[in-house]
Amino acid sequence: MKIIVCIKQVPAKDAPLSITGNWIKESDIGFEMNEPDSYALEEALRLKEKHGGEVLAISMGPERVKQTIKEALAKGADRGIHISDDQFAQLDPLSSARMLAEALRKENADLILTGLQSDDHGFGQTGVLVASLLDLPHATIIMQIEVQEKKMRLKRELEAGWFQHIECPLPAVLSIQSGINKVRYATLKGIMAAKKKEIASINRESLGVKSEATQKIEKIYVPTKTKKTEFLTGTPAEMATKLVEKLRFDARVI
Amino acid sequence: MKILVITEQRQGKWNNTSFETLVAAQQIAADTGSTISALVIGKGVANFAEELAGKNIAEVLLVEHDLLEAYTPDGYSVALSQVIASAKPDLVLFPHTYQVRDFAPKLAAVMGKGMIADCVGFHKEGDKIVFVRQMFQGKTAADVTFQGAAPWFTSFQSGAFRADLLKVHPSGKSPINKIAVELKPEQIRTKPLELFKEAKSSVDLTQAPIIVSIGRGIKAPENIPQAEALAKAIGGEMAASRPICDEGWLPMERQIGSSGQTVAPKLYLALGISGAIQHVVGMKGARTIVAINKDQNAPIFEIADYGIVGDIFEIMPALTAALEKAKT
Ligand SMILES: Cc1cc2nc3c(=O)[nH]c(=O)nc-3n(C[C@H](O)[C@H](O)[C@H](O)COP(=O)(O)OP(=O)(O)OC[C@H]3O[C@@H](n4cnc5c(N)ncnc54)[C@H](O)[C@@H]3O)c2cc1C
Ligand SMILES: Nc1ncnc2c1ncn2[C@@H]1O[C@H](COP(=O)(O)O)[C@@H](O)[C@H]1O
Repeated sequence: MKIIVCIKQVPAKDAPLSITGNWIKESDIGFEMNEPDSYALEEALRLKEKHGGEVLAISMGPERVKQTIKEALAKGADRGIHISDDQFAQLDPLSSARMLAEALRKENADLILTGLQSDDHGFGQTGVLVASLLDLPHATIIMQIEVQEKKMRLKRELEAGWFQHIECPLPAVLSIQSGINKVRYATLKGIMAAKKKEIASINRESLGVKSEATQKIEKIYVPTKTKKTEFLTGTPAEMATKLVEKLRFDARVI
Repeated sequence: MKILVITEQRQGKWNNTSFETLVAAQQIAADTGSTISALVIGKGVANFAEELAGKNIAEVLLVEHDLLEAYTPDGYSVALSQVIASAKPDLVLFPHTYQVRDFAPKLAAVMGKGMIADCVGFHKEGDKIVFVRQMFQGKTAADVTFQGAAPWFTSFQSGAFRADLLKVHPSGKSPINKIAVELKPEQIRTKPLELFKEAKSSVDLTQAPIIVSIGRGIKAPENIPQAEALAKAIGGEMAASRPICDEGWLPMERQIGSSGQTVAPKLYLALGISGAIQHVVGMKGARTIVAINKDQNAPIFEIADYGIVGDIFEIMPALTAALEKAKT
């Protein structure tokens, strides 16, 4: 099976965000692999171990995203594709998906995996859009994949603890939910092996995608609070005592 | 402007976010002088259309087909693109459910359009409607506008509008118009099978008056006993955000949020939880919310009654001690 995993690099979870223009200041923060994407990568590696084939990691973004591709290679992906684009943060979901889809089209994969949502833009759309643009069947919020002859049996997560099994033919695009598996760490051997693996570079222009933005971010800002929070201050012991008093005598919940 | 609201129901039950989205539509309509059509799609769902007819909208559209009995992304997008082509709405609104996430972006893309998904509100600026959505897991908000010609596609997050504000029809009922769609079995590539729940859970968190909930701030499973000691001292049940259950540090049945339990205890203590919307929808109904987080800008503080900006590893033991002391 040829499996391609779409991996986005996003600001590290604890990165302090400061807004500049319609994006965040990137200069002094760290970046990491979008969490659901690391589950998607793990799932791809497991499918390869079971059924053979190869795993490719594709990421669109500025030069820095190569680091995340390397991490995927170190974990066991065979090849990387980097769509270099310094402006990708300003793309609307459809335009962004068009770039990815165009690069993916040439590869004729059996299975394309994405995460279900990115931690930065949080569009929650890219996988579905890529499937639509490539005219492939898709399924989202996937918690289990079982590959049978030319088709898959999948477990989809629904709301409030419900699930559904579905059957989906191959090739297809799946959006993976966090928690589908236990992700592996890269080994030293993997990191060394990754140095010899290829990362193909494509620039946005060479994809020849003409895409007009369907939406525009007018501004981003820190949300206004809707509820008045009473902040407690002091030493940990003082704050703890104050909180217990508040909960007993003001809120009357303990 | 013409607004079309796509409602959702499954196995004889509404997805209640549908009504919240209808409220959003009524508010947008009031601000822009628009009319509202609300659509029911499925098979044997005329009773849902009847119910909608009693709301303050211009018409109900009913789309029924054997192949729409069970939801499939292909079936829904083929059918709805025909509906949109004939009804010609300017703005198509969806509740941001897991099902909508699964087909609406495709429906928009098939029509060459984009979707602004997961919005929490809107406002009018001049003659433009600005949609507000979260970015960076709720740490920032973004004002987003559509570019290019209608139809425009938008979904509203669960809880963004209050369903109880839904206005009923002033003078009886709005008409129900059936729309026929053409759909062939070979157009549907995936095959939906059974719906199920995992093994029945042994704890019922919905009944717990006090919940002590941990998030990724707990760092390692070795630290969980500290939170458990606190839960014991305050007489609460343990719960967690998704990453904790994904890691297997606490069982899935203790997960709070859109894919886990929805709870409304009298006290909810959030320890090292950032407050992503998918978590918040599961607990914002709590009477009193306490958040302890080292990041003063964590979104959880937006809904907390009491907040402590600090390290949970210092606060948890101090709080346990203060509770024990208060008992004596
Ligand atoms: C379709 C979908 C469904 C989902 N369903 C759910 C769901 O049902 N439930 C759910 O919870 N999530 C769900 N999620 C995931 C959700 O988006 C968030 O990723 C998740 O809730 C984050 O969990 P967290 O707050 O524990 O972790 P993080 O977001 O990583 O936050 C950790 C927090 O801990 C704080 N912290 C760290 N160390 C300390 C310390 N020593 N002291 C104090 N504070 C500290 C940090 O400042 C941070 O705010 C879903 C996502 C999607 C896309
Ligand atoms: N720039 C990108 N490069 C590679 N994959 C991406 C990119 N943007 C989005 N994706 C994929 O699409 C998923 C959903 O992203 P989003 O639609 O932004 O929420 C992510 O989890 C990734 O798998």
